[in-house]
Amino acid sequence: MNNFSNSTLYNYLLGLADDALILGQRTSEWCSRGPFLEEDIALSNVALDYIGRARMFYQYAAEVEGKGRSEDDLAYFRDEREFSNLLINELPNYDFAFSMVRQYFLDVHACLYLQGLTASTDQHLAAIASKAIKESRYHLKRSQTWLLQLGLGTEESNKRMQTAIDELWGYTPEMFMMTETETQLSTAGIAVNRDNLLQQWTATVTADIRSADLQIPDQQWQVVGGREGKHSEHLGHLLAQMQILQRSYPGLEW
Amino acid sequence: MSDSGQAVFDRRIEAEQKIEPKDWMPADYRKNLIRQMSQHAHSEVIGMQPEGNWISRAPTLKRKMVLLAKVQDEGGHGLYLYSATETLNATRDEMNAALHSGKAKYASIFNYPALSWADVGAIGWLVDGAAIVNQISLQGTSYGPYSRAMIRICKEESFHQRQGYEIMIALAKGTPMQKAMAQDALNRVWWPSLMMFGPHDSASAHSGRSMQWKIKLRTNDDLRQSFIDQTVPQIKFLGLELPDPDIKWNEERGHYDSGEIDWDEFKRVISGDGPCNRDRIRHHKKALDEGQWVREALQAYHNKKASASAA
Ligand SMILES: [Fe+2]
Ligand SMILES: [Fe+2]
Ligand SMILES: [Fe+2]
Repeated sequence: MNNFSNSTLYNYLLGLADDALILGQRTSEWCSRGPFLEEDIALSNVALDYIGRARMFYQYAAEVEGKGRSEDDLAYFRDEREFSNLLINELPNYDFAFSMVRQYFLDVHACLYLQGLTASTDQHLAAIASKAIKESRYHLKRSQTWLLQLGLGTEESNKRMQTAIDELWGYTPEMFMMTETETQLSTAGIAVNRDNLLQQWTATVTADIRSADLQIPDQQWQVVGGREGKHSEHLGHLLAQMQILQRSYPGLEW
Repeated sequence: MSDSGQAVFDRRIEAEQKIEPKDWMPADYRKNLIRQMSQHAHSEVIGMQPEGNWISRAPTLKRKMVLLAKVQDEGGHGLYLYSATETLNATRDEMNAALHSGKAKYASIFNYPALSWADVGAIGWLVDGAAIVNQISLQGTSYGPYSRAMIRICKEESFHQRQGYEIMIALAKGTPMQKAMAQDALNRVWWPSLMMFGPHDSASAHSGRSMQWKIKLRTNDDLRQSFIDQTVPQIKFLGLELPDPDIKWNEERGHYDSGEIDWDEFKRVISGDGPCNRDRIRHHKKALDEGQWVREALQAYHNKKASASAA
């Protein structure tokens, strides 16, 4: 018998779903705005993977909740304070460097996290993770390549990448924080213990950043709160846009 | 005596054999192809914008994915077509410059705004539908790379049309508000879709030579008629009103008759003064301008790597 409630698992799944949806929505903003057509297409692919991933988590969350809600109910009818994504996902695409560094930080993390999740005792979660990790490995290959190319490219690209690293650095500690929910579920063999990922993440990121002629910031700072629904001001606008049709005309088939 | 390039070329056109990039071809044939193919490529790419305008607001996650994948496909079509045009020694930079200066055109339908979710349905259904009619005929075009690009593209366009029509079905079966949204989109997208086939044959500047060279295989009016004939029953199936009161079945011709297109509007929009022309070019140019440092960095990175491995 599991010693956690359904709502514990539900909250955990929502966090994973929100992470994927918000990053997918952000990344889709690059569509028709990429630096060249091939990259435009590649970024749309990444966005599609994330939205697809979000749907799998929402569907499972809705099933666990057992109130007859759908993936769309969960995505379209919750407010800012109810979204529990990590803050790094919601930040705007300030420039291509910013989006690529964010993607890189998240890809390294996702590969480690999903690897752990494939061993989850929850079969459904393990199955989602096995599908998602293939995508993330491919994403990482891309973002790692961009890190190198832009770090070693021109003076300007190097500077933009360094700025992005500096500005994103304080959003990375949140990726390793365990909520109470996660601690419970990780003890039960369902969720991944994020503490265990930090060392390897740091080692990989440090090595890659150095080989791209970039620096790890020595100043340590952090902004957290996404899991408790304490967001940046950016999320509300993203949701307002994303949810407009469902909120204007609730309950319709589209 | 060996045949002149022209004689070989003429014979191949006559025998409906493909012309390939390395073959001799008349300068005007090349020029005409670059004009038509780059225009087609630009249409795919600029066409990403009106529908792209709804990716962030799609009403369900599934619709969002289908739309994003569709817009991404259009980018892919642009890519095949740019690559095919590059075989004629036109560069991507030159083509983009011609687009920004207004010298190169694109389908004028994309100079109209996508104002509601129903427009996403109407565009997929009607605009991709019109594109298919045109492109099926272009599969047989005389230039090999263009023909092969069309064969690839046509398969995906049929998906797009079906997806667009599905959106329209959902709306037409929905609430009165949704049905009105669908009707409004149909009314607005209909005429510009007909304009996609270009001017009447009697007024088409490039048609004659393009037909002679078998770059084009059917005339503008002929293609337009096929589109009207296939689409009217689809409108009726949706239970929407016809967007043109003059549409009537003509027993004698075996085709639908329809009202006259507003050719002044067509000219105005194609020459740059449609509702969105300036926005479309600004958007495209902005993306390229903002990406310039990325492209430069990529180039610099590859140069450094090349000189490092040469050393
Ligand atoms: Fe297309
Ligand atoms: Fe097309
Ligand atoms: Fe299409």
